[in-house]
Amino acid sequence: MLENKKALLFALLILQNANFLVAICLVLFGLYALLFKKNLIKMAIGIAIIASGINLFLISAGYRKGGVAPIFTEATIKASEAETRMVLPTPQALTLTNIVISLAVTALMLSLAIRIYQQTGTLDATKLGRLDEL
Amino acid sequence: MRDMSKIVKITALVVLAPLITFGLYIIAHGHLTPGGGFQGGVIIASCFALLFIAFGKQSKHMLNKELLSVAESLALFGFVFLALLGLRKSFLNNFLANSGAMFGASVPFGTKEAYINTAGTIPLMNILIGLEVSCALTIIMLLMLNEKVSKHAGK
Amino acid sequence: MSLLQHSVALLIAFPLAFAFLTAITEKLSAKVKNIVVPVGMLSVVCTAFLTSVDVFANGTKVYTMGAELPSITMPAKLAIPIRIVFIVDAFSAFMLLLSSIVATAAFLYSASFIREAQAKYYSLLFLMLAGMFGLACTADLFNLFVFLEVLSISSAALIAFFVDFKASEASYKYLIVSSLASLMVLLAVGILYAQYDMLNIAALAKVLRFSFVDIIALALLVSALAMKAGSVPMHFWVPDAYSRAPAAITATLVVASQSCLYALFRVSFSLFGAFPLIHIIAYAIILLGILSMFIGVTMALPQKDIKRLMAYHAISQTGYMLLGVGIGLLVGNTANIYALKAMEGGIFHIINHALYKGLLFLTAGAIIYSTGKRNLDELSGLARRMPATTIFFITGAAAIAGLPPTNGFASKLLIYESSYIFNPLFSIIAMIVSILTLVSFVKVFCSAFLGPELKALSNVKEVPKPMLFAMGMLSFFIIIFGLFPDIVLNTIVEPAAMALLNQKAYIGALG
Repeated sequence: MLENKKALLFALLILQNANFLVAICLVLFGLYALLFKKNLIKMAIGIAIIASGINLFLISAGYRKGGVAPIFTEATIKASEAETRMVLPTPQALTLTNIVISLAVTALMLSLAIRIYQQTGTLDATKLGRLDEL
Repeated sequence: MRDMSKIVKITALVVLAPLITFGLYIIAHGHLTPGGGFQGGVIIASCFALLFIAFGKQSKHMLNKELLSVAESLALFGFVFLALLGLRKSFLNNFLANSGAMFGASVPFGTKEAYINTAGTIPLMNILIGLEVSCALTIIMLLMLNEKVSKHAGK
Repeated sequence: MSLLQHSVALLIAFPLAFAFLTAITEKLSAKVKNIVVPVGMLSVVCTAFLTSVDVFANGTKVYTMGAELPSITMPAKLAIPIRIVFIVDAFSAFMLLLSSIVATAAFLYSASFIREAQAKYYSLLFLMLAGMFGLACTADLFNLFVFLEVLSISSAALIAFFVDFKASEASYKYLIVSSLASLMVLLAVGILYAQYDMLNIAALAKVLRFSFVDIIALALLVSALAMKAGSVPMHFWVPDAYSRAPAAITATLVVASQSCLYALFRVSFSLFGAFPLIHIIAYAIILLGILSMFIGVTMALPQKDIKRLMAYHAISQTGYMLLGVGIGLLVGNTANIYALKAMEGGIFHIINHALYKGLLFLTAGAIIYSTGKRNLDELSGLARRMPATTIFFITGAAAIAGLPPTNGFASKLLIYESSYIFNPLFSIIAMIVSILTLVSFVKVFCSAFLGPELKALSNVKEVPKPMLFAMGMLSFFIIIFGLFPDIVLNTIVEPAAMALLNQKAYIGALG
């Protein structure tokens, strides 16, 4: 009985923090792609995956149970409750900004990859070799 | 990049107008509903992506890259200029809100329908950002479309 | 005087506005562009200069975006600063001064070799300036991330500005490292925001509880920013990016790395200054400093590519700053005279390094510009053909090796003295590294400037006047700072060191 309860509590803990666990997994997948993939396009994908993991983290951190959107005219709650239940939209703003920035980074990386491919005919980081001897 | 069949081309042209309208709607209502300049701009840019996919190389001449580039820079400059106009109090100050001028109506209390004529400089900035994002993304796609990705082109 | 009051906002507004204006006028007419770019540069530099003079004279400036006072922005019951607040204290003003000096030199230098209608180059340079100024001024952690990204995207684009696959590859490497570092900074910012609901550095420092998660955030911030500053375990992007970028951009990139160093110091002093285990971070910074110094210089010794050699020296010099400021962080607020001296040495070295390393990269650029060669084996006897460049190179090399009467001597002496009191071993390592630096630059001088003239180099000419003027400007500052180190120390370096050490003043600036 007690064992069951412990397992249940553990499962609940995992479920409650599922967002954060997935976010950490995404960041780790991205790091894996950066470290072990040799293809330049795949590296760009790695950066994008890390960015989306962090986006998930920010959005999950901004979630409040029972919170309402801070839209002035749509506040269905009393003024006294508004201060405690309205959620600051800062995490959403952070996420949106990060999306914009990672879009710019991805575009720049892909265009650099296109240019490298045009000039060398390969996207393999090991074949590109080190820039100079040291 | 090859163009696709006639059915796809016609369908793309048919859905183009509603999609662009939807993007404009998202931009214009940025201060009232979720969304805003960036989201609407991305929707508009995705319409052009649809065109590029449907028409392939033919779409290269549909849009003027130089014009898009100037529009993008103008929109960004306009954003900074709008922010500078608030300098009587502070940079980025919302000097139009509650002033009675354009977008200057004050917001009534209580749960009512949203009024579009509110929020001061925020809708103006949303429009500028929408212009900037749609132009910038379209330029990026145009440039990548025009690239000749063939092996050993440079060597 | 109302415009001076807004100068902090103009610091961000002017570079952005002129970047976009340049992009517009590029398409319209070349004549207008040729007016817009110098006017923009002048106004940007003047704003930065006036702001820093104002800060050194009248104390810390606080500027709130969108409202008049930071106190208006806090909802009465929540007391959370929700707007973006800029706090410009003496250390920020120091960074503004430094980046505007080097940016002016870079601008003058590029005037001669970006002669064609390449307005995008100047647009990106303006964006880079916006990023550096923003990093130096902001008191908002998320803003810090945004400016970090503005800085790294624009510099990555500038590194690959001239079509050359090695430059593209260096730029790709730089972009991966810097975006990874910025994303880790964002993760740390998210961790801090999730606990305290605020992003303002001063407000956060007041309520920080130093929980386990905070320590993770601190570790992420320190490692990511050290990576972007080019300290040793993550230094591999420095030689590629510095050696492949256009010379003027390399000089600006040095300042960009110093800006990341600034962010590192800002985080560890102003945000986590009251952390009871801060000495662990301090030891980590000192260790990074020693490693950077030693590995940088030993890697520089066998180099044959002139810019790559200098890039490795940049890593090694970063170590001196980390060592000096790390000792300051270790001893902390206890009004220890040697802590202050070490801090002053480290901070003085920041501006000195930006000046002489900028100058050296510009001379290397001048050599590459007029000979088209970058390998030391293929260069010889340039002193006959390029006398002015030779003199500037000697000035820069003397400064980097720490010979009097240059500025490098003043700051290195401070670091030797203070680190000797702290631990003689550090001081000995610092001196050995200095000697190795001298050795390596004597090698460059002998093989490139002395020796017989080569036939291949017989029609080499001195570089155009704007380039010489840019190099002359930096040499002037080097000599002046070396001749009158006391004045510089008292007017700009000591206030900057005190601003870093005095965490309470930074918190109190918010009101």
